[in-house]
Amino acid sequence: MSNKTVKCECGHVNHEGTVLCEACGKPISGNQHIDGNDQNDVLEMRYEGSARRSKTYKRTIVDKTWGFFSSVKVGVWLIVITLIASSLGTIYPQEQFKNSPLPSSQFYEEEYGLTGKIFYQLGFHNMYDSWWYIVLVALIGISIIIASIDRFVPLRRALKNQSVKRNEIFVKRQRLVSENNTLNDEDLTSLKENLKKKRYKVSEEDGHIMAEKNRFSRWGPYVNHIGLIIILLAAIFRMFDLMHTEEYVWVREGETRVLPNTNQEYYIENTEFIYEEYDSNEEEQFRVALENVENPVPKNFQTNAIIYRSTEDTITGQLPDMEEVTRGQIRLNQPLTFDGFALYQAGTQLESEYRTIGFDLENDEETLGSFEFDTDEAPYSFELEDGLEVEVDNYFPELEFTDNGPSSFSKFPRNPGIIFSIENPETTNVERFFYLQEDVISLSDDNELNLSVSDIDRRSASGISITRDYTLPIFGLGAAIFMIGVVQGLYWYHRRIWIHPTESSYHIGVHTNKNWFGMKKELEEITKDTNVQSFHDQQELK
Amino acid sequence: MDFYTISSWFLYATFFIYLIAIAFFGMTLGNKRSENNKSKSTKLAISFTIIGFLSQLTSYIFRWLEAGHIPVSNLFEYIYFFGMMLILSFIVIHFVYGISTLGLIALPVAIVIIGYGSVFPTEVQPLVPSLQSNWLYIHVTTVGLAQAILSISFIAGLLYLIVKVNQEKRSKETTFLELIIYGVLATIGFITITTSFGLADYEATFVKTTEDGYEQEANYELPALFAPHNSELQSEGAFESGIEAPGWMQGVDAGMKLNTLTWSLLVGLLLYGIIRLLLRKRIGATLQDKFGKINPDVVDDIMYRAIAIGFPLFTLGGLIFAAIWAQQAWGRFWGWDPKEVWALVTWLFYAVFLHLRLTRGWHGKKSAWLAVIGFSLIMFNLIVINLVIAGLHSYA
Ligand code: HEM
Repeated sequence: MSNKTVKCECGHVNHEGTVLCEACGKPISGNQHIDGNDQNDVLEMRYEGSARRSKTYKRTIVDKTWGFFSSVKVGVWLIVITLIASSLGTIYPQEQFKNSPLPSSQFYEEEYGLTGKIFYQLGFHNMYDSWWYIVLVALIGISIIIASIDRFVPLRRALKNQSVKRNEIFVKRQRLVSENNTLNDEDLTSLKENLKKKRYKVSEEDGHIMAEKNRFSRWGPYVNHIGLIIILLAAIFRMFDLMHTEEYVWVREGETRVLPNTNQEYYIENTEFIYEEYDSNEEEQFRVALENVENPVPKNFQTNAIIYRSTEDTITGQLPDMEEVTRGQIRLNQPLTFDGFALYQAGTQLESEYRTIGFDLENDEETLGSFEFDTDEAPYSFELEDGLEVEVDNYFPELEFTDNGPSSFSKFPRNPGIIFSIENPETTNVERFFYLQEDVISLSDDNELNLSVSDIDRRSASGISITRDYTLPIFGLGAAIFMIGVVQGLYWYHRRIWIHPTESSYHIGVHTNKNWFGMKKELEEITKDTNVQSFHDQQELK
Repeated sequence: MDFYTISSWFLYATFFIYLIAIAFFGMTLGNKRSENNKSKSTKLAISFTIIGFLSQLTSYIFRWLEAGHIPVSNLFEYIYFFGMMLILSFIVIHFVYGISTLGLIALPVAIVIIGYGSVFPTEVQPLVPSLQSNWLYIHVTTVGLAQAILSISFIAGLLYLIVKVNQEKRSKETTFLELIIYGVLATIGFITITTSFGLADYEATFVKTTEDGYEQEANYELPALFAPHNSELQSEGAFESGIEAPGWMQGVDAGMKLNTLTWSLLVGLLLYGIIRLLLRKRIGATLQDKFGKINPDVVDDIMYRAIAIGFPLFTLGGLIFAAIWAQQAWGRFWGWDPKEVWALVTWLFYAVFLHLRLTRGWHGKKSAWLAVIGFSLIMFNLIVINLVIAGLHSYA
């Protein structure tokens, strides 16, 4: 970078690449092509004709990269590409939503045919955390930063250095002008008064008048871009466990389990799981809707939980001594929070497990006794009245039949199978029974005893997700700054009016950074009852 | 009489009142612009619009009383709310800018939208647990209002194009304009055909056997131009064209959706053809003759102002409030589901609009076309994402 400067005839020393003198606004010869002023009658005022790095230096790689990212054209293209890519990702479900046991390599092709296969092969099934999507977003971030710096710094300097006394060419080449006005002192006084009424800041120098208001709105875009950058940074932070963790745990009713992402420090006990459905007798207004759907409509999923904190070092597989931290109800939309963690009701397995199964034993004449099989304890034998003994030969929590006979698919009592053997006190024969699918079958033909199921108690399991997310306040801050910036830039307009005396008359030039329609209305009020001639719009839509 | 019935009656009344308002707006055509604001027909037109709005609001409140929650929890209710906000925004714009021809676009569009919504189940539905949140109401109502305001920019844009596109010879612009009009006609086609066959209680049941041997039923409420893939007709005497939906349309309802779409497009084509024959020129050209002159700067300003208000509101409702709700319900404020992605796409699109306008000077016709695209994104989100994408896949 060189430090060449350009001195204007008004005496102000401008940076190299300046288009309009920062002080008086006179077009600097040789630089007018930069903002396209050589072809237009109206001066390009977007950045006050200030010297932007991207437009001034174009030689080295750094210059070129800077120029590339600071271009709004490039920025807009990046956004458009992201927008199109994002929408393409919704054609078929993302991998996480595919809801099928098939591996993705088969799922997309089988379900959606050729287009599905292409979708998969392009990697669109995992679009939003693919490297190229992240790179796109990162490029947008870089573009926002560079474009903002490229414009903000010189713009601020130009607005600071502007002087009240402007060059005549500058005033006459504004979009709204009124030339050759004959104004008397009265006119000028009432103009100034009207301007002040409209909250303009009015300054004077040698008979030149400048009125300005709402300069701060020019910073709106820069503020909102800072908000966006904060949000992108928060997204990066969120990738680190220190800032954000998320885990999932299933807890049965009555069970206490460690919360996985708490370093074995916190435990949850599920004291009760509540599931409720809408009932068309109670809520009459929903009758039609409820009758139109096949399945009942759920009303509430709720886990009543107690959170403990361990007070000693833990030994795996054993519950340590604990103290209660908090207790409460976890519902959809009502997480339970404690010490920076939040617990969400995320899944349910309704009555999916057997807690206890009750049995009655009788022979032809009388009842011999009853007992209850508790799947947690899974005892090896039961002692009934009269010394009668029931042996548990085999217990399969989740029964399935394989080539080698019955076995258990898991250790969870989702479909228990139990083989009992009982010695008949009368015959002293050992009789065997098989409990499966809520029924009992005899395993030998000559059984004289009769074993039957008396009652069944099931339990639900509750899926709880546990998150700790320290990035939330950062996202909130970014969003708030974004909103402030957007409002600041969209609802206030930076407006300036220059009254330029010549030997015989006055030229008036007007600039607003947007909303020319409103500007024209305001000018009508400002020039009311004065000799100012109507303004000429040099760029009206035809 | 129960609240639900009262609500329905007010809704019917609303349609008629809006139609009357349109008629009065129509009578303002051909007047000079300066006379228009004060003319009797303009006053009557806007009065009827306001009465219609109040009637719709009453209907909405009775529905609210019946349900016990703000009615924004299904497609019908959302579209209803959206249409109401569209009218409200139009009323506000009318008092600020006073362009009565705008009413001739805003009201028909709103009626078509509300009519479209009424095709979906209208009974009051209970809220499943994930919907029981105040943040949800805040989110949906803000989005509804924001999208309605953004749609005003489309309405202004359409007016701009109708008046400004050169109709002397055929061009890409005239063709696209006809396409937009055709889109409106096809929607009207959809509403007419579903309501008429609905009144006639038409039904045809197809049974489809899936690859794993399950039998699924699809109930057609329109004669089947396309049967579901691999299916058999059950109802006797029902119409069947013998054509099946293509194999990649797997879902049991996919064939039905294709069928409905085809019907709507065909009826739309028929309507368009008839109108074209009667007019003997492009509909756009006829409208241009009727609409006369506008002040392009003012219409351009409406277009921009609507986005300047709609964009921050959409950011707030569609992204920020939505994220707060998702965080509260599931512990994750963003999950890349199709609705979320489309909110992002819409938001990015309007950001592009603002950039092009502010830094590249896209005003007038260019802005107007962008406003049209923006509206089609909103409609796409409302219709396609809700009905097709969410329906073809299993996450509704
Ligand atoms: C998601 C991405 C973005 C959003 C939501 C966004 C939002 C905005 C908004 C709301 C404005 C103000 C517009 C107005 O006042 O009419 C703005 C202005 C601007 N944006 Fe962005 N922007 C984004 C990305 C970018 C990128 C990637 C660039 C890089 C080139 C960029 C460069 C600019 C510039 C140069 C301005 C105008 C500043 C001025 O002229 O004073 N923006 N942006």
